[in-house]
Amino acid sequence: MDYLPLIGIVIIVIGFILKIDTIAVVIIAGLITGLVSGLSLTEVLALLGQGFTENRLVTLFVLTLTMIGLSERYGLKEQAVYLINKIKGLTVGRFLSLYLLIREAAGLFSLRLGGHPQFVRPLIEPMAQASAVANFDDTDEETKERIKAQASVMENMGNFYAQNTFVGSSGTLLIAGTLKSLGYDAPAAKIAVASLVIAVISLLMGIVYNIWFDRQLNKKYKKAGDDQ
Amino acid sequence: METFFNYLLEFFFIVAGVQFSYAGYRALKDKTNQKNMGTAIFWIILGILFIFGKWLPSVLSGLLVVGLGVITLFKQFGNSEEYIEDVKKAEKSAQKYRNTVFTPVIVMALSAIVISFLIPESSTTVIGIGALLSLLVALIIFRPSTEEVLDETNRMVQQVGTTSILPQLLAALGLIFVEAGVGDIVAELISGVVPQGNVFLGVTAYVIGMMLFTMIMGNAFAAFTVITAGIGVPFVLAQGGNPVIVGALAMTAGYCGTLLTPMAGNFNVLPVALLEMEDEYGVIKAQIPIALIMAVIHILLMYFWAF
Repeated sequence: MDYLPLIGIVIIVIGFILKIDTIAVVIIAGLITGLVSGLSLTEVLALLGQGFTENRLVTLFVLTLTMIGLSERYGLKEQAVYLINKIKGLTVGRFLSLYLLIREAAGLFSLRLGGHPQFVRPLIEPMAQASAVANFDDTDEETKERIKAQASVMENMGNFYAQNTFVGSSGTLLIAGTLKSLGYDAPAAKIAVASLVIAVISLLMGIVYNIWFDRQLNKKYKKAGDDQ
Repeated sequence: METFFNYLLEFFFIVAGVQFSYAGYRALKDKTNQKNMGTAIFWIILGILFIFGKWLPSVLSGLLVVGLGVITLFKQFGNSEEYIEDVKKAEKSAQKYRNTVFTPVIVMALSAIVISFLIPESSTTVIGIGALLSLLVALIIFRPSTEEVLDETNRMVQQVGTTSILPQLLAALGLIFVEAGVGDIVAELISGVVPQGNVFLGVTAYVIGMMLFTMIMGNAFAAFTVITAGIGVPFVLAQGGNPVIVGALAMTAGYCGTLLTPMAGNFNVLPVALLEMEDEYGVIKAQIPIALIMAVIHILLMYFWAF
């Protein structure tokens, strides 16, 4: 077997370690993978162009940016902070756990919440930042960055581990379809029920992770407070 | 109905392309951006790819994509310092609008759900419909000047910057990987090292295979069909595993891989751009503990529950 096509993965890993510009690394990895697997340069370029234009859908979130920008200009974040401040005892972790719960429940009822562009950027992340500010008065850049990551993690966990709990979800249908074509009987409804186990486990994991996150923030800011 | 939504989708691509081109025009005039030339060319190339993508010959599109890479590789894309955030004004405005300020955002989220529920064929276009509908609501509520609207469009596009196209680019890389047969090689490598007849090793290989393959392709669906046929059937299902449980767990095992890879750009790289994070891999790093613990749980569950 010819292992040469794997070179693209190697290039991406090296680019990641050496912190070379990611866009350039991905393009180079694509071109070289295509070339070593026997395609001509024009064929690889055509494949790259076709792959890029066929996937324009992925970047369609830019259409939401004007509205988000305007809402921010007219006080979206400030109002989110105000609302969060009114709720007593809310921490970043507790707020994000609540979002994870809602996210997973929505998956069960087949509601496809919009994810990062439609929920996390305009609402969840500013509210999470606001709950940190409510508890610690002021937060530094490092904390803000970590809250951004934590909010995205909850969105991804809730999305992935709970989406198959709905019978009609594309994942569940794909499992049923693939197994059927391989000669195994696995109805979609039963797969959805079996998927509940992982959904519940991931919810618990997320809550534990958020509790740990809260503790980390407490430690960081309590310490700074004690020094004064 | 379906053709209508296809036209609508193409229309949305053109709107996005105009948005990129406008960012390019603004970059050209931007005195605060030291690399305004490279920045302008980057956005205009992207604008061309979005507006004319359907009609451009693939080779030419490919060359334009390479052009984007040349600009970022030689660090010719710069950031604008043009925009100064007016916190005072935003605070005053928040006091004026109170919770009404959330209306456009909520319209976007709800309209996406409602429309995709009522008209299933619309699924790929809902984000565009929701975006334009909510923009309309924002225009009615806030009554911004034309200049404000254009400023905000430009500010947001410049802020998400080059990272915004990474998810799309990675999807294109996935296509090249498929053509090059990367998947078959990985499946064969894994099945070559697993001994037949040991259930625990078979389950472990299936879970890890799903993870690895999903990491490479950025897509658990593609992994599922390949790895289930290559590893799942001979090493797990043929030994008596319950297909319902094994199938359900194998797919979510793949998602453990999704959490670990920049190839799943939509989930791990897009938030970096949208939230303007410093660390390009910040989301993935925060997901590592979750993904690894969940993978172990998958192996144990599949071993004890499915047999």
